Amino acid sequence: MRLSELPAPEFDARLAGEGLCLRTGPFTARVCSAIAAVREGIRLLYADFPVAESGTCCDISLEVRRPPNLRRWLRPQVEFVADGAPVYEPFAFNQALPLLEWAMNWCIATHVNHYLLVHAAVVERGGRALVLPAPPGSGKSTLCAALVHRGWRLLSDENAVVTLDGASLFGTCRPVSLKNRSIDVIRAHAPQAVFGPPAHGTPKGTVLHLRPSAEHVARMDEPALPAWVVFPRWQPGADAVLAERPKADALIDLVDQSFNCARLGRSGFDAMAALVDASRVYDFGYGRLDDAIAVFDRLADQ
Amino acid sequence: MSRGDLLTACFVGTDRPALTGVQWEVVLSQARRARLAGRLARRAVEQDWFATMPDAARHHLQGLLRVEQTRRNQTLWELDCLRRALRGAGFPIVLLKGAAYVAAALPPARGRQFGDIDLLVPRECLREVEARLLGAGWVGEKLDAYDERYYRDWMHELPPLTHVERGTALDVHHTIAPPTSRWKIDGARLLDRAREVPGEEPFFVLAPEDIVLHSAVHLMQEGDFGAGLRDLLDIDDLLDHFGRETGFWPTLAARAEALGVGVPLVQALDQRSRLFGRRPPGECRDSIERLAAPAPRRWLMRHLLAVALRPDHPQADGATTTLVRTTLYVRSHWLRMPWYRIVPHLLRKAALRTAARLRRPDRAEAGPAPGP
Repeated sequence: MRLSELPAPEFDARLAGEGLCLRTGPFTARVCSAIAAVREGIRLLYADFPVAESGTCCDISLEVRRPPNLRRWLRPQVEFVADGAPVYEPFAFNQALPLLEWAMNWCIATHVNHYLLVHAAVVERGGRALVLPAPPGSGKSTLCAALVHRGWRLLSDENAVVTLDGASLFGTCRPVSLKNRSIDVIRAHAPQAVFGPPAHGTPKGTVLHLRPSAEHVARMDEPALPAWVVFPRWQPGADAVLAERPKADALIDLVDQSFNCARLGRSGFDAMAALVDASRVYDFGYGRLDDAIAVFDRLADQ
Repeated sequence: MSRGDLLTACFVGTDRPALTGVQWEVVLSQARRARLAGRLARRAVEQDWFATMPDAARHHLQGLLRVEQTRRNQTLWELDCLRRALRGAGFPIVLLKGAAYVAAALPPARGRQFGDIDLLVPRECLREVEARLLGAGWVGEKLDAYDERYYRDWMHELPPLTHVERGTALDVHHTIAPPTSRWKIDGARLLDRAREVPGEEPFFVLAPEDIVLHSAVHLMQEGDFGAGLRDLLDIDDLLDHFGRETGFWPTLAARAEALGVGVPLVQALDQRSRLFGRRPPGECRDSIERLAAPAPRRWLMRHLLAVALRPDHPQADGATTTLVRTTLYVRSHWLRMPWYRIVPHLLRKAALRTAARLRRPDRAEAGPAPGP
């Protein structure tokens, strides 16, 4: 059953009670929250996602709540709880919805050890995966949001989920996070897209989330084969330059960008090596979104 | 029904746990809290549970087996580094707890989530050890004068050390309980009986009876029972393992009496018997019973610990959990320090915590990137 088909009272009761179990690709997430902004945000952004029964054994489980202290009467805050304990110090209350996304990312990064996880955006075309690993600020989410409105399928804007044989990638297909200036860039690029409400003044500035298309959500369980690993670097006004990169060098960067490669030991390393072996690896500098899209289209057509 | 302590039952008996999907999810969550996730994974393998559990739980536990292997390798590597730093020291370097279990291949090593490495060295060698470790990259964090004094004078260890490159933590002790504690033990008496670990020079481990007593003292005077069930399982494993050697139990009873730690030993044995139904062999029972605290105190502790050893998880909490945990937290300080030190110490800690909380902004500066 899709979330939008769940009757509203049932949806509210699950979220405020035993938890709403959302299927996001290979991970099922149990989300609990009594906060209206979280409820409305999920209803909007996850409308097309499949919902599992509350009795399901989920992969990750979290609650977004107001911290139970006196301060709530002075300045309301919000925190997230995993395994019965708050994870970060509380955030300002207006950040509840982005916190939900960060919380899900944290739970996946911390608890998942049956896939290799790389901090990267992943999109697919013709069954082949384009992996865009990058430190924050390199424009991977913006690129990802732009590409999924130009014929590429969304796997994830945050996490490349690689099988431990390194032979295929999965995506969670969760909402794409956009920050600050990239919000307007994507609004202009994809006027038909559905956006969640913006949260101002977060640790990352203004943040909002883009709803994934129903078609991509419906295909969330389709894996993709590794094909390209591209390290993007955005520079104002720069021309697009795609340069092949030595694989060993890229491997080291990817290990740095992985949430769990070190933790998985040999299995992690082998999976990463297989992923790199099966991909063509590039550095990519660009200054204009349209140039980038053209370059990736040419890659896909090769 | 997903509430309650579902974790403990997984370690009692040999039946495959009969759990629903969501209960498996809760068990895993409680296991992570209790630092028993790796151990649960090992148990699932040993008892062949994988065929009958939900996929999500199986994936999670199988993943933990990989992580456990990595952590074990990291601990062995860390021990190699320590070996190089301390080679030729001319005095015994005794490994405690997790590091001892893995070096001496003792049963609690299996599935263990290794953390800090704990060492015991002769008190008069602390300065030399500190200097050698500093030379090899282990540095202490900057402490204020109070904390420095807290560790060096009142506690039984150097302030915690961290390796500058690897970020790994190391605690160097000169005995197993603070010199101010009710159960103070002269480290020299432990070192006398320590045994070299074959092939692991210069590392030693405590004598079997002392390993058990250390574990019991540690469990009973810790203020934080977050890993209490883990410690009790360790004790159960150790007793099972060493108990096969003839003469172990009488030695344990005599040693507990000689070191003045009969009370925590009996408390641990009471909990073991409550949970696993395993008791000391008949011929030693009397000599162990004699070491117990007076009946009312023993009864009270038995009941407080029964609550405190449940996983520290909201779904396992009962009506009295908070009260019991607070009582035991205060008691642990009571055991470790005289009242005229505890009261200022706890007040100072509370004041610092409050001050930190008041200073705290809404996390405006720190990024929320998910840490591995």
